[in-house]
Amino acid sequence: MSKVQIINGNETAAMGAKLCRVQVIAAYPITPQSKIPETLIKYVESGELEAEFIRVESEHSALTVCISASTVGARVFTATAANGLAYMHEQLHWAAGARLPIVMALANRGLGAPWTIFNDMQDSISQRDTGWMQVYCRDNQEIMDSIIMAYKICEQLHVPMMVCFDGYVLSHTVMPVEIPDQKQVDAFLPPYVPHLQVDGPDPININPVMLADPRTNAQGVSCPSYMGFRMRLQETLESAGDVILNVGREFGDVFGRSYECLLWKYRTEGADTILLTMGSLANEASLAVDALREKGWKAGAVALRVFRPFPAATLRQALSDAKHVVIFDKNISYGNEGATCTETKAALFESGLRPTITNYIVGLGGKSITAADLEAATIKSVEQKGQVSTPQWIGVAV
Amino acid sequence: MASKKDQFISACATLAKGEAGNTGEWRAKRPIIDLSKCTPCKKQKDTCYLCWLYCPDGTVKRGIPLEIDLQYCKGCGVCAQVCPTKAIRMEVEEQFVLSECVIQEEVE
Repeated sequence: MSKVQIINGNETAAMGAKLCRVQVIAAYPITPQSKIPETLIKYVESGELEAEFIRVESEHSALTVCISASTVGARVFTATAANGLAYMHEQLHWAAGARLPIVMALANRGLGAPWTIFNDMQDSISQRDTGWMQVYCRDNQEIMDSIIMAYKICEQLHVPMMVCFDGYVLSHTVMPVEIPDQKQVDAFLPPYVPHLQVDGPDPININPVMLADPRTNAQGVSCPSYMGFRMRLQETLESAGDVILNVGREFGDVFGRSYECLLWKYRTEGADTILLTMGSLANEASLAVDALREKGWKAGAVALRVFRPFPAATLRQALSDAKHVVIFDKNISYGNEGATCTETKAALFESGLRPTITNYIVGLGGKSITAADLEAATIKSVEQKGQVSTPQWIGVAV
Repeated sequence: MASKKDQFISACATLAKGEAGNTGEWRAKRPIIDLSKCTPCKKQKDTCYLCWLYCPDGTVKRGIPLEIDLQYCKGCGVCAQVCPTKAIRMEVEEQFVLSECVIQEEVE
């Protein structure tokens, strides 16, 4: 039987990994996610979880351990944040390129310099081109559910995934979380079968140099070319949306909470003004929509649940009636604008839809952003008719 | 969708000599062994072989005298660094290439 516990986001992530019976865990402490490996190591030491917790000297090594263990068929888990994720960068590419279904819990945190330990999404957004899938959670229940679904999705596609949630806002905030029944999770999640069977007596060289053109190797065996691997990864991510939807529906059938969606919609029916967010900010956006609706605005909110693969077609559909789209980014691509703004504009291009678009950069380094802030920003941007092309900043106190 | 027979998911190759090509062509410096200083040669028994252990390309063949396969030795110099008796020195490759050319011309 499932039961409800009042726990924070970090404990939720650790419990989710435990329910998935992860076999190898390697992680390095970094605020605000340290509680995740701490909780997991407690499970391992007490015998509650049959797994190897491998202690490492850095995040780069943590992910390297995960890569090795996943290669030989273990279900692996890691967690990190901010500069720790940045330190993994090289191995992030390797994990995706090697097609390993590694699941990572990521407590979103701003990057130094200057140091901050508080929340924004600069860390994960900076890794969007590594080939990892990225989902963003609105609350702790979604952290639990997303981790369980992540293994099913990743092991089907042979692609890794980051389950991202806002540092402190979720990682350190307790809320009721329904803990799924272990037997149900076991039935939902079949054992991991690696793509390559690594066999001692029959050794192979894994991920050697692949040349630009196919070649015959020293033993006369034909080796494929490098670009094919890149194209197949892209094709797999293009098809990943369907797998995410299917697994989300199946999760709903078993556990009663459906995730058959790539984005969340709130009061979008008949809405001509849409607030677009990601992660826990979706909650504030919903409150802002309620306030705007009370004032007679036709407002709605859309929150991206899946950022990679980018749900362009679904987003186009969700924005098809919008005259004004107000995009709030907890990240910035310096010299351009917030990432979700760029991606949303690109998604709309094909449809010919031309709503006004205003981009706000908010909540960097843990700066508080309230429903009232979102409401005021929405009113301002509609009044300006989206004519300001550069991103605007909320909450910069001089 | 991932399938077990898809050649573009997991890149792998068989273990084979010369799998990475004729890496000897990369060599800028050539290892020269002074057999009078080389421990196995001096003691006339299988011992030391640190060069064999450390060679990243497996080009050192254990034996008395030990040999280095110049077709694949890429001249990294690790063997010279680890040799406890300094029996291996690295010499500029060009001189050998030139002298080998001269020999070839003479033969022709």
